[in-house]
Amino acid sequence: MAAGRIHSFETFGAADGPGVRFIVFLSGCGFRCLYCHNPDTWAKPPAFEMSAEDVLAKALRYRSYWRDAGGITASGGEPMLQSEFVAELFELAHKAGATTCFDTSACAFPADGDFASVPRGDAIRRMLDATDTVLLDIKHIDDARHRALTGCGNAAPIACARYLAEIGKRVWIRHVLVPGWTDGEDDLRRLGDFIRSLGNVERVDVLPYHVLGVHKWRDLGLPYALEGVDPPTDESVARARKLLSLRPTH
Amino acid sequence: MTTDAWKGFAPGHWMKEINVREFIRLNYTPYDGGPEFLADATDATDKLWAKLQDLQKQERAKGGVLDMDTDIVSSITSHAPGYLDKDLEKVVGLQTDKPLKRAFMPYGGIRMAEEACTTYGYTPSPLLHEIFTKYHKTHNQGVFDVYTPEMRAARKSHIITGLPDTYGRGRIVGDYRRIALYGVDALIEAKQADMVYAGHGSMPEDVCRLREEVAEQIRALGQMKVMAQSYGFDISRPAANAREAVQWLYFGYLAAIKTQNGAAMSIGRISTFLDIYIERDLRNGAITETDAQELIDHLVLKLRMVKFARIPSYNELFSGDPVWATLSIAGLGSDGRSMVTKNDYRILHTLETMGPSPEPNMTVLYSHRLPKKFRDYAAKVSIKTSSVQYENDCVMRRVWGDDYAICCCVSATQTGKEMQFFGARANLAKCLLYAINGGMDEKSHVQVAPEYPRITSSVLDYDEVMKRFDVMMDWLAGLYVHTLNLIHYMHDKYYYEAAEMALIDTNVRRTFATGIAGFSHAVDSLCAIKYAKVHVIRDESGLAVDYKTEGDFPRYGNDDDRADEIAIWLLTEFISKIRGHHTYRNAEPSTSILTITSNVVYGKATGAMPDGRPAGEPLSPGANPSYGAEKSGLLASLNSVAKLPYEYALDGISNTQTIHPSALGNNDEERVQNLVSVLDGYFDRGAHHLNVNVFGVEKLLDAQEHPEKPEYANFTIRVSGYAVKFIDLTREQQNDVIRRTCHKAM
Repeated sequence: MAAGRIHSFETFGAADGPGVRFIVFLSGCGFRCLYCHNPDTWAKPPAFEMSAEDVLAKALRYRSYWRDAGGITASGGEPMLQSEFVAELFELAHKAGATTCFDTSACAFPADGDFASVPRGDAIRRMLDATDTVLLDIKHIDDARHRALTGCGNAAPIACARYLAEIGKRVWIRHVLVPGWTDGEDDLRRLGDFIRSLGNVERVDVLPYHVLGVHKWRDLGLPYALEGVDPPTDESVARARKLLSLRPTH
Repeated sequence: MTTDAWKGFAPGHWMKEINVREFIRLNYTPYDGGPEFLADATDATDKLWAKLQDLQKQERAKGGVLDMDTDIVSSITSHAPGYLDKDLEKVVGLQTDKPLKRAFMPYGGIRMAEEACTTYGYTPSPLLHEIFTKYHKTHNQGVFDVYTPEMRAARKSHIITGLPDTYGRGRIVGDYRRIALYGVDALIEAKQADMVYAGHGSMPEDVCRLREEVAEQIRALGQMKVMAQSYGFDISRPAANAREAVQWLYFGYLAAIKTQNGAAMSIGRISTFLDIYIERDLRNGAITETDAQELIDHLVLKLRMVKFARIPSYNELFSGDPVWATLSIAGLGSDGRSMVTKNDYRILHTLETMGPSPEPNMTVLYSHRLPKKFRDYAAKVSIKTSSVQYENDCVMRRVWGDDYAICCCVSATQTGKEMQFFGARANLAKCLLYAINGGMDEKSHVQVAPEYPRITSSVLDYDEVMKRFDVMMDWLAGLYVHTLNLIHYMHDKYYYEAAEMALIDTNVRRTFATGIAGFSHAVDSLCAIKYAKVHVIRDESGLAVDYKTEGDFPRYGNDDDRADEIAIWLLTEFISKIRGHHTYRNAEPSTSILTITSNVVYGKATGAMPDGRPAGEPLSPGANPSYGAEKSGLLASLNSVAKLPYEYALDGISNTQTIHPSALGNNDEERVQNLVSVLDGYFDRGAHHLNVNVFGVEKLLDAQEHPEKPEYANFTIRVSGYAVKFIDLTREQQNDVIRRTCHKAM
């Protein structure tokens, strides 16, 4: 019975998975993305701890708003770092008839595909089994640039994407569009090719970089490396959406 | 009775007696398709709307009033016909001889009617002054003749406030459909028949009054015919087609707004009824869908033009020049069929053909059992215009049947069977402060309530506060009901609503509306006292004037039962106390948690609260949680409000929520689906009302700084129980709206 290390809850998540969702923001992340809008969830010391049963009971208070599509989303932080807790929560949620979803950058996924090679690998597999939809962030298709942006290479997320394709999991890919960092035309083209090669991706969301989380960096006393970077233009977002589209029109 | 006008309608009892509801049940065509059949605005509509917008612009430039009567007392027949553009209008009839010209309505109070004139630079007629001060008493004078000193003090200190003692009480919805279905002559006959049976033998006071009222009603019906005749229509007979049905119905409503300047002048539930006439004409090939939309557009255009001359203190309470021409659509029948017709679509569609508008106060009687396509369409229009409110048909239908209408902002009334005595609100936040201070007002230092013992401890003790609060609420509930009894007595006597009551059954059911202001602050303050440590800060006279609260405490608006239980207790306790008192004409008491924009004025008059709200700050509106109290997102907040039992607040529980578009979904289609999920979920929990705004605070700030931008001319937002053009609010009101919680994406 792993207790969840929790940062906060959002009762009305309308942009994090199908339908209206109860979002559990977990504490702790393996990446240090330069544009992170929730750096307050990086640190391990959580706001509080809570059992999976209690989190589920809290979430189910909002069931009347879910209709068929909605349910529970684990976000973060990085849910994979708390795979035992999320696996338990999602298994309980499925028993209660709620759909499950988590938002991940897959930093904890085994880059070599061998679940035994990473901590709590078994729980990651269990967690994926109990998940209906995975929101997978692919920050950059280029390994070196991924490292520059997040502090880690992209082997883990790429391996995760391939594994999810293999088991036929429903996946939504998310890509944050940061001008000068993640909006290179060639990179987007390669990323698009990769996404389309997977076969199990249901949709691709291009998320325009925004500065709403910048104040959190300041509050935490952290230097913000993207100072001076503006959100992308509408044209740039439209171009990226086209390049990453599942059904490209050439 | 039978007539050619009814050709093609399914027969029933409605032909033998006045029974509009049965006529609707037997004749309407439910529609569960989508909006694809809708037609665009016609050239005539575009031209009329452009003309009206131009007049509205001039009105704004002139400080809020375009033109005003000073010499004519408004009555059903007081004015020659007026037009916006006679050649283009499919529906005619204005309150005065010119569009947006405000009528002189002295019966509520001559002083107020005159003040409204002088405020906008007009000189009231000396002759009318003499008549209404020397020879004819008004409602306002009647009330002030009989107020007790205690009532005056409570009114002055704003513990009871917004009382309809200076203006029409409104909220009475005539069944305007009756004129279309039966014609006025049949209605006069029915009232004459009622008169025969009103009082046999002895004539006790209530029978005398009733007989006089019915006589007034019959007179009003006669005048309606004269008014219609002046526009070239004979409404003595039933309407023979859709255009006549709309016109006849509107004449009834016009009679109401020419004789009453009530705070709310709803037109009622008319969409399904009118659809029957439109369907018949469509079937006969007499009109096309474009004609049908034009007819509805022109009716709605008229409702966008309703105006009353108001005084500054009224505008502070009800900001932005609202009239609550509330129009109720959708809902379910008691047989389970959806009452959504194509006409419900047409009415919502007016927000697209002519763009957003605060009036008519567009109200969807909602249930998850309404056709999915209709819910989607309503959500879509809502997201686009922030001009729609939703009310739970399932909780209301149980109480009011399936032919009720919303009679003010959110309160339901059975059409044609019922009238309501509107009763403003009591400030329970202030009542809690009175409990602590032994009835002395924290702002004025006047002993308003009886001198009960003060609380003298330095830290507030929950049990002691509750004991004092109970006694103080007893006092307030009693005084409040007694005050309203006087007001309604005088209103019936000097400002009787003959035109509306003529279109309601003689044997009428009466409800007695009361209301609560300061709800969330009273609840949160009690939570602070119970769960944290509240230190009292007293001035040199020993009066508690501020509080310092140490420690955390649960707040209403987070789906936290500790706080929400106190909220439920407060509501049920207050209405129980109200029910203990005799009400005028034995009306059935009810209460609401609804403040309109008066939360700003009430807040100004209310001292600092133990929940941390500083003195003078606006109270949170209606049943909304306090500003900044909602820490767990939109649905937690909705769950808290949904816990308040509607059975104890039959006058309505108003909730206004603003959602940032980005927090509602990633694209338009998702936003529609997610909003429908929110509405389904909220109302399935038994909640009563929801105002939905979809915009970000950045838009409000920009509109405040650049009201001249064309995009803001009709920028409409929902506030507690009605909609308003944002740029028509005072700066203070705008700031209040800006400060309210906007649910954003994390």
